[in-house]
Amino acid sequence: MKTIDARGLSCPEPVIMLRKAMASGENAYQLIVDNHASKENTTRYGQSQGYQVSVEMQGTEYTLTFKK
Amino acid sequence: METDVKLTKLAGCAGCGAKVGAGTLVHMLEGFRTHTDPRLIVGYDKSDDASVFVLDENTALIQTTDFFPPIVDDPFLYGQIAAANALSDVYAMGGEPKLALNILCLSESMEQHTVQEILRGGYDKAYEAGAIITGGHTIHGAEPIYGLAVSGFVHPDKVLKNCGACPGDVLILTKPLGIGVLTTAAKADLVEQPVLDRIYAQMARLNKAARDVMVKYQVHSCTDVTGFSLMGHGFEMAQGSGCSLHFTTAQIPFHQEALPLAEMGFIPAGAYRNREYAEAGVTVTCPDLSLAMEDLLYDPQTSGGLLFALPKDEAEKCLKELKKTVPEAEIVGYVTEWKENYIILE
Repeated sequence: MKTIDARGLSCPEPVIMLRKAMASGENAYQLIVDNHASKENTTRYGQSQGYQVSVEMQGTEYTLTFKK
Repeated sequence: METDVKLTKLAGCAGCGAKVGAGTLVHMLEGFRTHTDPRLIVGYDKSDDASVFVLDENTALIQTTDFFPPIVDDPFLYGQIAAANALSDVYAMGGEPKLALNILCLSESMEQHTVQEILRGGYDKAYEAGAIITGGHTIHGAEPIYGLAVSGFVHPDKVLKNCGACPGDVLILTKPLGIGVLTTAAKADLVEQPVLDRIYAQMARLNKAARDVMVKYQVHSCTDVTGFSLMGHGFEMAQGSGCSLHFTTAQIPFHQEALPLAEMGFIPAGAYRNREYAEAGVTVTCPDLSLAMEDLLYDPQTSGGLLFALPKDEAEKCLKELKKTVPEAEIVGYVTEWKENYIILE
């Protein structure tokens, strides 16, 4: 599964990174972000592209898994 | 004119999206010693758009300041938008701006002509507003900042606070929503030039025309919808007035192109701070309200429109007159006695 590290980045960078990665059309991706807005925004992006999104929170970091 | 270094690349967050959340601000101001003065009729305890100090029986002084990092790359346009946004707080109090001071922070990579263009944009808007920029203060810093400290005047009996809405009033909003989402998506090059031109023109537009019509009517309460979003500013108006504000969501004007971009998560961080601040005060009664539309209601607006409350029997006439100079203005809801919650989305 392709993993995207978007820690330290603020909106809209993590969404742009996820969008670029998803252009390859795979069925699963993992993304790490470290702020609430990025977690929410990338969740919305994944859902808008037809992915199921699950979020795991560890400290101040969120690991999001996108699956089709 | 584009500059060599893109202005928005020098900014961490854009425009009013940079504003510190309302909830954070309230706590920061707690417990300080302050003087009281009966002539200070609107102070910081009121969460209003500006302070108002009565000078004599015919004149009250309005003071406000607003500044933010670049929201566009064109320095002249940035200056215009920052100035229009700062001047707006005076209009939101029902007043007219008269004097202003520049607030400017330069980052090292900015060239002289860029700085001149920013200032020219500010002077251009101040001139249009009938205000004089008398000086200012400039420093160096990590990211550019521009804005104004503005003084204006209003008759003490004609001050439009954000806490005077009455049951039976109708709510009018004078600029469409979606600025925060569109400027965020613009950073990803997902917004077409005609749409950008439309929102840039909107942000640079003074709220003067709306104010000049509004003051002819028996307006009870007014605020401008900026960084705290329609929900944040609406929540403050409802809380201050002790009423419920009912928004008819289908009638709220917004830029259509913002909706699919909100769905894709191009939402500024400020929208989530606004949601955190106001959400407990908002009740959604329309089951078909999409998450993207809800996000637009929390979207921080840079140089947004006026939101004002006036008696129902005056609203239609006022809107008709407004439409001549402010065609985007719409009736977006109404006010009742407090029931259930501060904001009701219908």
